[in-house]
Amino acid sequence: MIPDKPGVSELFWSFSKMSMQAFGGVLPLAERLIVTDRKWLTRKEFVEMLAVSQAMPGPNIINLAIMLGDKFQGWRGGFSAMMGCLTFPMILVSLLTLAFQSVADNPITKGALLGMGAVSIGLVVAMGIRLAASQGHYRIGWLALAGTIVAVGFGGLSLPQTILIFGIPAILIRLFQLRSQEKKIKPNDT
Amino acid sequence: MTPEIGWPLILEIFIRFCMLSLLATGGALALAPTMHKYLVVEKGLINDTQFISSIALAQSAPGPNVLFVTVLGWQVAGFWGALATTMGALIPSALLAIYAGRKVLANSGSVWMKALREGLAPVAIGLTLATAIVLLKPWAGEWRVWALMLLSTAVAYFTRLAPLYSIIVGAIVGGFGFLQSVPA
Repeated sequence: MIPDKPGVSELFWSFSKMSMQAFGGVLPLAERLIVTDRKWLTRKEFVEMLAVSQAMPGPNIINLAIMLGDKFQGWRGGFSAMMGCLTFPMILVSLLTLAFQSVADNPITKGALLGMGAVSIGLVVAMGIRLAASQGHYRIGWLALAGTIVAVGFGGLSLPQTILIFGIPAILIRLFQLRSQEKKIKPNDT
Repeated sequence: MTPEIGWPLILEIFIRFCMLSLLATGGALALAPTMHKYLVVEKGLINDTQFISSIALAQSAPGPNVLFVTVLGWQVAGFWGALATTMGALIPSALLAIYAGRKVLANSGSVWMKALREGLAPVAIGLTLATAIVLLKPWAGEWRVWALMLLSTAVAYFTRLAPLYSIIVGAIVGGFGFLQSVPA
Protein backbone atom coordinates (compact mmCIF):
# COMPACT_ATOMS: atom_id res chain seq x y z
CA MET A 1 0.00 0.00 0.00
CA ILE A 2 1.35 3.38 -0.94
CA PRO A 3 0.33 6.02 1.60
CA ASP A 4 -0.85 9.42 0.40
CA LYS A 5 2.05 11.78 -0.04
CA PRO A 6 1.94 14.62 2.46
CA GLY A 7 1.08 18.14 1.32
CA VAL A 8 3.07 21.28 2.10
CA SER A 9 1.00 22.36 5.08
CA GLU A 10 0.73 18.82 6.44
CA LEU A 11 4.54 18.66 6.45
CA PHE A 12 4.74 21.92 8.38
CA TRP A 13 2.22 20.91 11.02
CA SER A 14 3.45 17.35 11.47
CA PHE A 15 6.99 18.53 12.02
CA SER A 16 5.82 21.35 14.31
CA LYS A 17 3.91 18.96 16.50
CA MET A 18 6.84 16.56 16.64
CA SER A 19 9.42 19.25 17.37
CA MET A 20 7.38 20.77 20.20
CA GLN A 21 7.31 17.38 21.92
CA ALA A 22 11.04 16.79 21.59
CA PHE A 23 13.05 17.50 24.71
CA GLY A 24 16.70 16.54 24.28
CA GLY A 25 16.82 14.94 20.86
CA VAL A 26 14.36 15.15 18.00
CA LEU A 27 15.55 12.13 16.01
CA PRO A 28 13.76 9.34 17.90
CA LEU A 29 10.47 11.21 17.51
CA ALA A 30 11.21 11.83 13.84
CA GLU A 31 11.56 8.13 13.25
CA ARG A 32 8.25 7.46 14.96
CA LEU A 33 6.48 10.15 12.94
CA ILE A 34 7.97 9.31 9.55
CA VAL A 35 8.18 5.51 9.69
CA THR A 36 5.72 4.23 12.27
CA ASP A 37 2.85 6.72 12.30
CA ARG A 38 2.64 8.24 8.80
CA LYS A 39 4.52 5.57 6.84
CA TRP A 40 6.05 8.24 4.60
CA LEU A 41 9.21 6.13 4.37
CA THR A 42 10.08 2.52 5.05
CA ARG A 43 12.58 1.95 7.86
CA LYS A 44 15.29 1.22 5.32
CA GLU A 45 14.59 4.44 3.40
CA PHE A 46 14.60 6.34 6.67
CA VAL A 47 17.97 4.96 7.72
CA GLU A 48 19.43 5.81 4.32
CA MET A 49 18.09 9.36 4.44
CA LEU A 50 19.35 9.77 8.01
CA ALA A 51 22.82 8.60 7.01
CA VAL A 52 22.92 11.16 4.22
CA SER A 53 21.66 13.93 6.50
CA GLN A 54 24.47 13.08 8.92
CA ALA A 55 27.13 13.21 6.24
CA MET A 56 26.01 16.62 4.99
CA PRO A 57 26.78 19.83 6.88
CA GLY A 58 24.07 21.29 9.06
CA PRO A 59 21.87 19.94 11.86
CA ASN A 60 20.88 16.33 11.12
CA ILE A 61 17.20 16.71 11.89
CA ILE A 62 16.90 19.83 9.73
CA ASN A 63 18.65 18.11 6.80
CA LEU A 64 16.38 15.12 7.23
CA ALA A 65 13.25 17.29 7.30
CA ILE A 66 14.39 19.16 4.20
CA MET A 67 15.15 16.00 2.23
CA LEU A 68 11.89 14.38 3.23
CA GLY A 69 9.85 17.46 2.34
CA ASP A 70 11.73 17.80 -0.93
CA LYS A 71 11.02 14.19 -1.83
CA PHE A 72 7.27 14.75 -1.67
CA GLN A 73 6.73 18.42 -2.51
CA GLY A 74 9.97 19.80 -3.96
CA TRP A 75 11.71 22.77 -2.35
CA ARG A 76 8.44 24.11 -0.93
CA GLY A 77 7.98 20.87 0.96
CA GLY A 78 11.57 20.96 2.18
CA PHE A 79 11.17 24.53 3.37
CA SER A 80 7.91 23.93 5.19
CA ALA A 81 9.21 20.79 6.92
CA MET A 82 12.27 22.75 8.07
CA MET A 83 10.15 25.65 9.31
CA GLY A 84 7.94 23.15 11.08
CA CYS A 85 10.92 21.93 13.09
CA LEU A 86 12.02 25.45 13.95
CA THR A 87 9.20 28.01 14.17
CA PHE A 88 7.43 27.23 17.44
CA PRO A 89 10.48 26.02 19.39
CA MET A 90 12.31 29.15 18.26
CA ILE A 91 9.54 31.40 19.56
CA LEU A 92 9.47 29.49 22.83
CA VAL A 93 13.23 29.56 23.36
CA SER A 94 13.30 33.28 22.56
CA LEU A 95 10.63 34.00 25.16
CA LEU A 96 12.53 31.90 27.67
CA THR A 97 15.73 33.82 26.94
CA LEU A 98 14.00 37.18 27.33
CA ALA A 99 12.48 36.05 30.61
CA PHE A 100 15.88 35.09 31.96
CA GLN A 101 17.50 38.25 30.63
CA SER A 102 14.99 40.44 32.44
CA VAL A 103 16.26 39.05 35.74
CA ALA A 104 19.88 38.58 34.59
CA ASP A 105 21.46 40.85 37.22
CA ASN A 106 19.97 38.92 40.08
CA PRO A 107 22.63 36.75 41.80
CA ILE A 108 20.12 33.89 42.09
CA THR A 109 19.61 33.94 38.31
CA LYS A 110 23.36 33.97 37.75
CA GLY A 111 23.84 30.97 40.00
CA ALA A 112 20.88 29.15 38.47
CA LEU A 113 22.17 29.71 34.94
CA LEU A 114 25.61 28.39 35.89
CA GLY A 115 24.02 25.29 37.43
CA MET A 116 21.82 24.78 34.36
CA GLY A 117 24.84 25.27 32.14
CA ALA A 118 26.92 22.68 33.98
CA VAL A 119 24.05 20.18 33.78
CA SER A 120 23.42 20.84 30.10
CA ILE A 121 27.08 20.32 29.27
CA GLY A 122 26.80 17.02 31.12
CA LEU A 123 23.89 16.14 28.80
CA VAL A 124 26.03 16.99 25.79
CA VAL A 125 28.84 14.76 27.09
CA ALA A 126 26.43 11.86 27.66
CA MET A 127 25.20 12.27 24.08
CA GLY A 128 28.81 12.24 22.86
CA ILE A 129 29.63 9.09 24.83
CA ARG A 130 26.52 7.36 23.45
CA LEU A 131 27.52 8.25 19.92
CA ALA A 132 31.08 7.11 20.56
CA ALA A 133 29.81 3.80 21.91
CA SER A 134 27.91 3.22 18.67
CA GLN A 135 31.11 3.69 16.65
CA GLY A 136 32.44 0.65 14.82
CA HIS A 137 35.89 -0.83 14.93
CA TYR A 138 37.51 1.72 12.66
CA ARG A 139 40.79 2.23 14.55
CA ILE A 140 41.87 5.37 12.75
CA GLY A 141 38.45 6.78 13.58
CA TRP A 142 39.06 6.30 17.30
CA LEU A 143 42.44 7.94 16.91
CA ALA A 144 40.82 10.91 15.15
CA LEU A 145 38.21 11.10 17.91
CA ALA A 146 40.78 11.19 20.69
CA GLY A 147 43.00 13.58 18.76
CA THR A 148 40.08 15.96 18.19
CA ILE A 149 39.18 16.04 21.89
CA VAL A 150 42.74 16.86 22.94
CA ALA A 151 43.54 19.31 20.13
CA VAL A 152 40.25 21.22 20.35
CA GLY A 153 39.80 20.94 24.11
CA PHE A 154 43.31 21.87 25.17
CA GLY A 155 44.99 23.20 22.05
CA GLY A 156 42.19 25.48 20.86
CA LEU A 157 42.31 24.08 17.32
CA SER A 158 39.80 25.77 14.98
CA LEU A 159 37.10 23.93 13.08
CA PRO A 160 38.71 24.15 9.61
CA GLN A 161 42.04 23.01 11.09
CA THR A 162 40.31 20.10 12.83
CA ILE A 163 38.62 18.95 9.64
CA LEU A 164 41.89 19.29 7.73
CA ILE A 165 44.11 17.51 10.27
CA PHE A 166 41.75 14.80 11.55
CA GLY A 167 38.70 14.67 9.25
CA ILE A 168 40.25 14.48 5.79
CA PRO A 169 42.85 11.79 6.69
CA ALA A 170 40.17 9.74 8.49
CA ILE A 171 37.93 9.91 5.39
CA LEU A 172 40.74 9.05 2.96
CA ILE A 173 42.08 6.14 5.00
CA ARG A 174 38.53 4.80 5.36
CA LEU A 175 38.03 5.13 1.62
CA PHE A 176 41.24 3.22 0.98
CA GLN A 177 40.19 0.47 3.43
CA LEU A 178 36.70 0.13 1.95
CA ARG A 179 38.13 -0.04 -1.57
CA SER A 180 40.54 -2.80 -0.68
CA GLN A 181 37.78 -4.70 1.15
CA GLU A 182 35.65 -4.53 -1.99
CA LYS A 183 38.48 -5.98 -4.04
CA LYS A 184 38.89 -8.85 -1.59
CA ILE A 185 35.22 -9.74 -1.83
CA LYS A 186 35.10 -9.54 -5.61
CA PRO A 187 38.50 -10.53 -7.01
CA ASN A 188 39.08 -9.91 -10.73
CA ASP A 189 35.64 -8.34 -10.99
CA THR A 190 35.92 -5.45 -13.39
CA MET B 1 15.63 49.63 15.63
CA THR B 2 19.41 49.67 15.39
CA PRO B 3 21.31 46.95 17.24
CA GLU B 4 23.54 48.15 20.07
CA ILE B 5 26.64 46.60 18.61
CA GLY B 6 26.09 48.19 15.17
CA TRP B 7 25.25 46.78 11.76
CA PRO B 8 28.81 45.97 10.61
CA LEU B 9 29.32 43.56 13.50
CA ILE B 10 25.88 41.98 12.97
CA LEU B 11 26.86 41.37 9.35
CA GLU B 12 30.22 39.98 10.38
CA ILE B 13 28.55 37.55 12.80
CA PHE B 14 26.09 36.49 10.10
CA ILE B 15 28.88 35.80 7.61
CA ARG B 16 30.98 33.96 10.18
CA PHE B 17 28.05 31.72 11.13
CA CYS B 18 27.31 31.09 7.44
CA MET B 19 30.84 29.77 6.98
CA LEU B 20 30.56 27.60 10.10
CA SER B 21 27.25 26.25 8.82
CA LEU B 22 28.99 24.70 5.83
CA LEU B 23 31.60 23.05 8.06
CA ALA B 24 29.08 21.81 10.61
CA THR B 25 29.20 18.09 10.55
CA GLY B 26 27.45 15.87 13.03
CA GLY B 27 25.22 18.22 14.92
CA ALA B 28 25.15 21.84 15.94
CA LEU B 29 26.79 21.27 19.31
CA ALA B 30 30.02 20.27 17.59
CA LEU B 31 30.23 23.95 16.61
CA ALA B 32 30.12 25.16 20.21
CA PRO B 33 33.92 25.29 20.78
CA THR B 34 34.40 27.33 17.60
CA MET B 35 31.53 29.70 18.38
CA HIS B 36 32.87 30.14 21.91
CA LYS B 37 36.29 31.06 20.56
CA TYR B 38 34.77 33.65 18.24
CA LEU B 39 32.10 35.25 20.46
CA VAL B 40 33.75 35.01 23.90
CA VAL B 41 37.51 34.86 23.39
CA GLU B 42 38.05 36.93 20.24
CA LYS B 43 35.18 39.40 20.29
CA GLY B 44 34.32 39.50 23.99
CA LEU B 45 30.65 40.03 23.15
CA ILE B 46 29.37 37.71 25.86
CA ASN B 47 31.00 36.00 28.85
CA ASP B 48 31.52 32.33 29.67
CA THR B 49 28.42 32.05 31.83
CA GLN B 50 26.25 33.55 29.10
CA PHE B 51 27.67 31.10 26.61
CA ILE B 52 26.95 27.97 28.64
CA SER B 53 23.55 29.31 29.70
CA SER B 54 22.65 29.50 25.99
CA ILE B 55 23.07 25.75 25.71
CA ALA B 56 21.13 25.32 28.95
CA LEU B 57 18.18 27.46 27.85
CA ALA B 58 18.00 25.72 24.47
CA GLN B 59 17.98 22.33 26.13
CA SER B 60 15.29 23.43 28.58
CA ALA B 61 12.91 24.03 25.67
CA PRO B 62 11.69 21.53 23.08
CA GLY B 63 13.09 21.46 19.56
CA PRO B 64 16.39 20.83 17.83
CA ASN B 65 19.67 21.56 19.66
CA VAL B 66 20.68 24.02 16.96
CA LEU B 67 18.41 26.58 18.64
CA PHE B 68 21.21 27.33 21.10
CA VAL B 69 22.58 29.60 18.37
CA THR B 70 19.33 31.60 18.58
CA VAL B 71 19.86 32.09 22.30
CA LEU B 72 23.49 33.05 21.70
CA GLY B 73 22.30 35.65 19.20
CA TRP B 74 19.78 37.14 21.66
CA GLN B 75 22.51 37.48 24.28
CA VAL B 76 24.99 39.00 21.83
CA ALA B 77 22.73 41.62 20.26
CA GLY B 78 19.03 41.14 20.94
CA PHE B 79 16.62 40.46 18.10
CA TRP B 80 18.99 41.25 15.24
CA GLY B 81 21.70 39.17 16.83
CA ALA B 82 19.32 36.21 17.10
CA LEU B 83 18.32 36.66 13.47
CA ALA B 84 21.96 36.84 12.32
CA THR B 85 23.16 33.76 14.20
CA THR B 86 20.11 31.64 13.41
CA MET B 87 19.91 32.50 9.72
CA GLY B 88 23.67 32.21 9.37
CA ALA B 89 23.78 28.80 11.00
CA LEU B 90 20.86 27.46 8.97
CA ILE B 91 20.60 28.99 5.49
CA PRO B 92 23.78 27.71 3.77
CA SER B 93 23.41 24.12 4.95
CA ALA B 94 19.67 24.16 4.20
CA LEU B 95 20.28 25.36 0.64
CA LEU B 96 22.87 22.64 0.23
CA ALA B 97 20.42 20.02 1.52
CA ILE B 98 17.76 21.19 -0.95
CA TYR B 99 20.07 21.35 -3.96
CA ALA B 100 22.41 18.46 -3.28
CA GLY B 101 20.22 16.22 -1.10
CA ARG B 102 18.63 14.34 -4.00
CA LYS B 103 21.93 13.67 -5.76
CA VAL B 104 23.64 12.56 -2.58
CA LEU B 105 20.70 10.35 -1.68
CA ALA B 106 20.87 8.66 -5.06
CA ASN B 107 24.51 7.76 -4.38
CA SER B 108 24.12 7.00 -0.70
CA GLY B 109 25.37 3.44 -1.13
CA SER B 110 28.65 4.48 -2.74
CA VAL B 111 32.01 3.85 -1.13
CA TRP B 112 32.72 7.56 -1.12
CA MET B 113 29.61 8.34 0.89
CA LYS B 114 30.38 5.57 3.32
CA ALA B 115 33.95 6.78 3.82
CA LEU B 116 32.76 10.37 4.24
CA ARG B 117 30.31 9.34 6.92
CA GLU B 118 32.58 6.97 8.80
CA GLY B 119 35.54 9.33 8.58
CA LEU B 120 33.71 12.44 9.73
CA ALA B 121 31.61 10.87 12.49
CA PRO B 122 34.52 10.38 14.94
CA VAL B 123 35.66 13.98 14.42
CA ALA B 124 32.14 15.23 15.08
CA ILE B 125 31.94 13.17 18.26
CA GLY B 126 35.37 14.44 19.33
CA LEU B 127 34.20 18.02 18.79
CA THR B 128 31.06 17.38 20.84
CA LEU B 129 33.07 15.96 23.74
CA ALA B 130 35.68 18.74 23.52
CA THR B 131 32.79 21.17 24.13
CA ALA B 132 32.84 20.23 27.81
CA ILE B 133 36.55 21.01 28.18
CA VAL B 134 36.39 24.29 26.28
CA LEU B 135 33.28 25.61 27.97
CA LEU B 136 34.09 24.60 31.54
CA LYS B 137 37.76 25.61 31.45
CA PRO B 138 37.04 28.96 33.16
CA TRP B 139 35.81 26.99 36.16
CA ALA B 140 38.95 24.84 36.30
CA GLY B 141 39.42 25.56 40.00
CA GLU B 142 35.76 25.17 40.91
CA TRP B 143 35.31 21.44 41.51
CA ARG B 144 31.59 21.69 42.29
CA VAL B 145 30.78 22.84 38.74
CA TRP B 146 32.65 19.83 37.34
CA ALA B 147 31.04 17.47 39.82
CA LEU B 148 27.59 18.71 38.79
CA MET B 149 28.50 18.26 35.13
CA LEU B 150 29.76 14.70 35.68
CA LEU B 151 26.72 13.81 37.75
CA SER B 152 24.46 15.03 34.98
CA THR B 153 26.48 13.02 32.44
CA ALA B 154 26.04 9.87 34.53
CA VAL B 155 22.30 10.40 35.00
CA ALA B 156 21.76 11.07 31.29
CA TYR B 157 23.87 8.10 30.28
CA PHE B 158 22.52 5.50 32.67
CA THR B 159 18.89 6.55 33.06
CA ARG B 160 16.09 7.67 30.77
CA LEU B 161 15.24 10.72 32.85
CA ALA B 162 14.03 13.58 30.65
CA PRO B 163 16.78 16.24 30.41
CA LEU B 164 14.48 18.98 31.64
CA TYR B 165 14.40 17.49 35.16
CA SER B 166 18.19 17.42 35.38
CA ILE B 167 18.33 21.03 34.23
CA ILE B 168 15.80 22.05 36.89
CA VAL B 169 17.97 20.37 39.54
CA GLY B 170 20.95 22.32 38.17
CA ALA B 171 18.99 25.57 38.41
CA ILE B 172 18.08 24.86 42.04
CA VAL B 173 21.63 23.87 43.03
CA GLY B 174 23.07 26.97 41.36
CA GLY B 175 20.24 29.29 42.41
CA PHE B 176 20.78 28.53 46.08
CA GLY B 177 24.39 29.56 45.72
CA PHE B 178 26.06 26.17 45.98
CA LEU B 179 28.34 27.03 43.08
CA GLN B 180 30.99 29.68 43.22
CA SER B 181 30.11 31.67 40.14
CA VAL B 182 32.06 33.38 37.44
CA PRO B 183 35.76 33.75 38.03
CA ALA B 184 36.08 35.88 34.89
